Amino acid sequence: MLSLYDGALDVPKLLKEWYEAEATSNYGAYIPFVGTVRSEDGIEGLSFDIYEPILHSWFDAWQQKAKEKGAIIKMAHSRGDVMLHESSYIAAVFSPKRRVALEFIDEFVEDFKASAPIWKYDLIDGKRVYAKDRSTAIQGSGILGEKK
Amino acid sequence: MVKVEFLGPIQKEALELEIKNLNELAAILQKDEEVKEWLESCAVAVNDTLVSSLEQPLKDGDKISLLPPVCGG
Repeated sequence: MLSLYDGALDVPKLLKEWYEAEATSNYGAYIPFVGTVRSEDGIEGLSFDIYEPILHSWFDAWQQKAKEKGAIIKMAHSRGDVMLHESSYIAAVFSPKRRVALEFIDEFVEDFKASAPIWKYDLIDGKRVYAKDRSTAIQGSGILGEKK
Repeated sequence: MVKVEFLGPIQKEALELEIKNLNELAAILQKDEEVKEWLESCAVAVNDTLVSSLEQPLKDGDKISLLPPVCGG
């Protein structure tokens, strides 16, 4: 399940909803990751653009991988502005045994950072500044560039 | 006619072009001062599927997207 929201995520509500949805599904482990916007370099918050068609196909591929291990993934992400100490990202894995979920959440969040079509901006003086230095080119990038 | 859209931080309006493959798109964009600097770091999708080759043929109505470096979370 992938859910997108305008603005900050309601963390307690989402974690509770996800917990309750799977409470009797016989999963032995529920491992959530909650990303919180930190105060650093004088930013007021972060802002996000999402390209939804490719985000959905990327997520569906991961859900299929999870299913093969008897696990499921849930993810929520913000669009637009998210201020300091608010949350923009939650991912969680449910699995029969803990080891699968612990390993999966790590792999999933790392690939999310490298591949999910989401762009991050720092909010500075009310303006969006693309977080270029913290961004990663998607694998296979550069084919339109000049041949070297 | 194919549509070319520029995602995220690339500040550029979508283009409509008469081209038959991505090689032709590369040649056009390499001459575009607004976009040129992004090309080395952009991934390319045709109809929302990422592609890895310029030989990709294009047909009328295709949508091409340029995806600059990402950072979710």
